Amino acid sequence: MNNTDRGIVKCELELLVNGKRQPVVIRSADTLLRVLREQLGLTGAKAGCENGDCGACTVIVSGTAVKSCLMLAIEARGSRITTIEGLEDAPIQQAFIDHFAFQCGFCTSGFIMNCQALIDRHPDANEAVITEWLRSNICRCTSYEEIRKAIHAVIDRE
Amino acid sequence: MISFDFEYFKPATVEEAVRAFWQAEARGKAPIYYGGGTEIITMARLDQLRPGAVIDIKGLPECNDMRFRGEQLAIGAARTLTDVEETPLFPLLADTVRDVADHTNRNKITVGGNLCGRFFYREVLLPFLLVDSLVVLAGPKGMRTVPVHQVLNGAPSLARGELLVQVLSDRRYFGLPYVTVKKTKMERIDYPLVRIAALRTEQGIRMAFSGVSDIPFRSLRIEAILNDATLSLAERIDRVIATWPVPILNDIIGSAAYRAFVLRNTLRDTMTALERRSL
Ligand SMILES: Cc1cc2nc3c(=O)[nH]c(=O)nc-3n(C[C@H](O)[C@H](O)[C@H](O)COP(=O)(O)OP(=O)(O)OC[C@H]3O[C@@H](n4cnc5c(N)ncnc54)[C@H](O)[C@@H]3O)c2cc1C
Ligand code: FES
Ligand code: FES
Repeated sequence: MNNTDRGIVKCELELLVNGKRQPVVIRSADTLLRVLREQLGLTGAKAGCENGDCGACTVIVSGTAVKSCLMLAIEARGSRITTIEGLEDAPIQQAFIDHFAFQCGFCTSGFIMNCQALIDRHPDANEAVITEWLRSNICRCTSYEEIRKAIHAVIDRE
Repeated sequence: MISFDFEYFKPATVEEAVRAFWQAEARGKAPIYYGGGTEIITMARLDQLRPGAVIDIKGLPECNDMRFRGEQLAIGAARTLTDVEETPLFPLLADTVRDVADHTNRNKITVGGNLCGRFFYREVLLPFLLVDSLVVLAGPKGMRTVPVHQVLNGAPSLARGELLVQVLSDRRYFGLPYVTVKKTKMERIDYPLVRIAALRTEQGIRMAFSGVSDIPFRSLRIEAILNDATLSLAERIDRVIATWPVPILNDIIGSAAYRAFVLRNTLRDTMTALERRSL
C-alpha cells in the first residue's frame, strides 16, 4: 500500500512477460491487453470485443488463462505473463497447423493460449473438460471441430 | 480503453481497505471496491461507471479464506468462481457456479463481485440464500455479521462503503438433495432466461430464482405455495406464476410470456426431481 493516502494513478513498473522483465509506464486504468499491444508491441493477443466475450485476448497469467481485456495491467504486477509470442514451437501450435484449426486467424492466439493453459492444467483432460474450456473462446470462421482435433492430438499423444 | 483515470489501491488488511475507501470518499473520488474487476472494467470502458479510485481487495487475507471453521464454511469475497468450482466444499454452490459465464471469465470473477455487482443476474447468490448463509461486512465502525437475506436478497443493500469480506454457510445443509438448473436462450454460458436453485429440507422445498426478473431472490411466500400439499403440482405452479412478486422481464433475451413458459416447465421439472428424492 502507498505511504500516502493517495492511490496510484500512473506509474512505472516492470512486468514479467515471456520470461523477460519489461519496463512499462502505465495508467492504473490501462488494461493488460492495451499495455501488451501498445507498449510492448505484443500484438498476438487481439482486441476482439474488449468485453470478455470472445477470448481473442487470452493470455496466461501465473498459470491461469485470463482475458487480458478484463484485467488491469497493474493487477499483473509480480505475476508471470505468457503471451502467444512466448510459446516457441509448443505442440499445440504445430497441432493447429496440422489440423487446419484456423481460417482468418484472428481468434487463433487466444484459442492457443487457452488450450495451452488447459494442457498444462489437465494433461489428461476428458471431453467434458475440453468442451467446458473451449466455450470461453469464439471463432467467427467456425473452426471449432478442427480446434478440438488439434487439442486432442496433443492430449492423446501426451 | 478506459477513457478516464482512477487511483488504484492494493491494501493488505481489511482495516486499510476500509480506511482507503473513506479517505478517497472524503476527497470526492467516488471509490469502489475492486474484486475481479470484470464488471468494473466492462462498465468503465462504456463510461457507465466512473470511479475515481478502486480498492483491490485481492490482497486481504480474510477475503481469500476458503475453509471450515467448526460447522461453518467461510468463503472469502475475493475467491474466484473457479476456486469454488475446483474445491467443491459446498456442492450446490460449485454446481451453480459451473455455468456462470465461461471458464476463463470464472478465473477472474469473484464471489463478492458477483454478489454485490450491478449486473442483476448474480446467480452465485442463490445457493447462499437457500442455506441461510451469513455475510461478514466491514465498515468504518468495524465488522458486522448479518443474514444474507438482510442485505443481498433482491437488490444489494450494503451500506455505502461497506466491504463484503466473507460468506459463512452451515455445512449441515450441504448433504441435502438439491437441483440447480439454468435455462438459456442459446448457449449454455449465456445469461439465464431462468435459473432455479432448489433445496429439499425436512421443513420443505426451498427455491431461489435469477433471470426471471431484474433481481435474484428467494421468497418465503413462493415457498409456502410450492409446499402446500392441499394443491396439485399444476395448481401450485399456476399460483406461483400468477402471484409472481416482481415484474417478469421482457427483453431481448426473452419476452415475458416466453420467460413465464420456461419458468413453468422448469418449476415442474425441479419440483418433480426434488419430490422424488429422499432426505
Ligand atoms: C462475459 C461475462 C459473462 C457473464 N455471465 C454471467 C452469468 O451468466 N451469470 C451471472 O450471474 N453473471 C455473469 N456475469 C456477470 C459477472 O458475474 C459479474 O459482473 C461479476 O460477477 C463481477 O465480479 P467481479 O469479481 O469481476 O466484480 P467487480 O467488477 O470487481 O465488481 C463488481 C461490483 O461489485 C462491487 N464489489 C466487488 N467486490 C466487492 C466486495 N467484496 N464488497 C463490496 N462490493 C464489492 C464492486 O465495487 C462493483 O460495484 C458475466 C460477466 C462477464 C464478463
Ligand atoms: S477482447 Fe477480450 S474477450 Fe474479447
Ligand atoms: S479463424 Fe477466423 S475467427 Fe477463428
